[in-house]
Amino acid sequence: MIEEQFSTGGSFVHGLDPRIKIIVAILFSVVVAVSSSFLALLPALAVSLFLIVLTKLSMGKVFHRLLLVNGLILFLWIFIPFTYKGAEWFTIGPLAGTKEGVLYASQITLKCNAILLAMIALLSTTPIFALGHAMSKLYFPDKIIHLFLFTYRYIHVIFQEYRRLTNAMRIRGFVPRTNIHTYRSYAYLVGMLLVRSYDRAERIHKAMLCRGFSGKYYTLSRSSIKIGDILYLSLMLAAILGLAFLQWKAIA
Amino acid sequence: MESNSLIIDLKDISFSYSGDKLVLDHLSFHLHSGDRIGLVGPNGSGKTTLFHIIMGLLRPSSGRIELFGRSAHEEEDLRAARKRIGLLFQDADDQLFSPTVLEDIAFGPLNLGKSPEEARDIALKTLARLDLTGFENRITYKLSGGEKRLVSLATVLAMDPEVLLLDEPTNRLDEKTEEKITDILKGVNLSCIFISHNLDFLLKTTDRIYAMVDGKISLDEEPVPHPHIHVHKFGRLPHEHES
Repeated sequence: MIEEQFSTGGSFVHGLDPRIKIIVAILFSVVVAVSSSFLALLPALAVSLFLIVLTKLSMGKVFHRLLLVNGLILFLWIFIPFTYKGAEWFTIGPLAGTKEGVLYASQITLKCNAILLAMIALLSTTPIFALGHAMSKLYFPDKIIHLFLFTYRYIHVIFQEYRRLTNAMRIRGFVPRTNIHTYRSYAYLVGMLLVRSYDRAERIHKAMLCRGFSGKYYTLSRSSIKIGDILYLSLMLAAILGLAFLQWKAIA
Repeated sequence: MESNSLIIDLKDISFSYSGDKLVLDHLSFHLHSGDRIGLVGPNGSGKTTLFHIIMGLLRPSSGRIELFGRSAHEEEDLRAARKRIGLLFQDADDQLFSPTVLEDIAFGPLNLGKSPEEARDIALKTLARLDLTGFENRITYKLSGGEKRLVSLATVLAMDPEVLLLDEPTNRLDEKTEEKITDILKGVNLSCIFISHNLDFLLKTTDRIYAMVDGKISLDEEPVPHPHIHVHKFGRLPHEHES
């Protein structure tokens, strides 16, 4: 279900402590998300590209993931230039586009791609479970971590349940059409999935209680910060500060 | 522990899910140290419910429970008792919730207060004991049905319980895995209750078999000789079967 294609690899980035990666990913995305100047956004994209190169991931696969998100961004390009307030810059038929709109859409495109690339380079290169552990060491709330790990663990089971149910429908001749029978059957399917997931959650909780669970999740892993982690963190902090400085200079 | 001490003492337990039909009907039951009990009964007769009552996952509407000689009504007492009783759920997917096998087996020992090193050690030893060496980094949801069952058993055994409650441990397993589980359980020197529809398995692994009917438990120990009719190829030729 979730393949975690990028999580295994021999690069330097794969070996970094997940805590470092989470910190860098959060700081980087916050700074990029609030930046508005191209003087900061273009270097940000360059930084994230550099991060990707360090991971030695297959560029084709990374590009494929970017395509998915940029498909969404395409819709922004269809609407924003023509709806954003500003002086008329060009016209296509009856529609007038504004310069401000185009700039705004470019900003969003840059931000999205820079953040996404950084996420791929930092978070996708870490196995989900290692991320969970790192979150717990960084004092994230237990509930968030549990939610995160359980979603990962059970999405597969729920998907199998979904398949069992759709197969049960199909072997009795169900073909989706545009009619009430189809809508009702799908509503039953979704309802059934919810009920079953709820039941399963209860059973899992009971199984955990039977094994002495009392709300605290202990972890096995012992990771240690190495000299490479410190170097990477310092370099990235410098880069992020640089980006923040560029943005600050542009608006000051 | 002194021999024959009373571990599980249920008196007059009643329970119902929705309030109308009693799933457990004034049931009384004892398990002494060293007892090996098989529990049979039709679907819906309350076998699983009985296990959940013992573990305090469900609360009886009336009756009294004592575990290890202490009343087990407060959550605190139950928590202490749960550490000494291992329950294997019917569906292994309910039991295995950690992404990797090692993490899952270590979960119990960690909750018991073991250090990560000790827990890892216990997990690896338990795997070795069940002939599962090399499974530690496997992803739990990608295991086969039989492997899931064996690993769930490992998660229970890793807690070093004094009592084993297994809910249909051989259900939906192929012959080979069933044999393996039977062998493991024969070798386990613990008090236990096994729910199963598989009489062969129960005869091999337990000393006594109770039947559960309509929310009550009865012991039917009298051996009843009975003939079997069976069919196979070359049945006309004189032959013998292993008993």
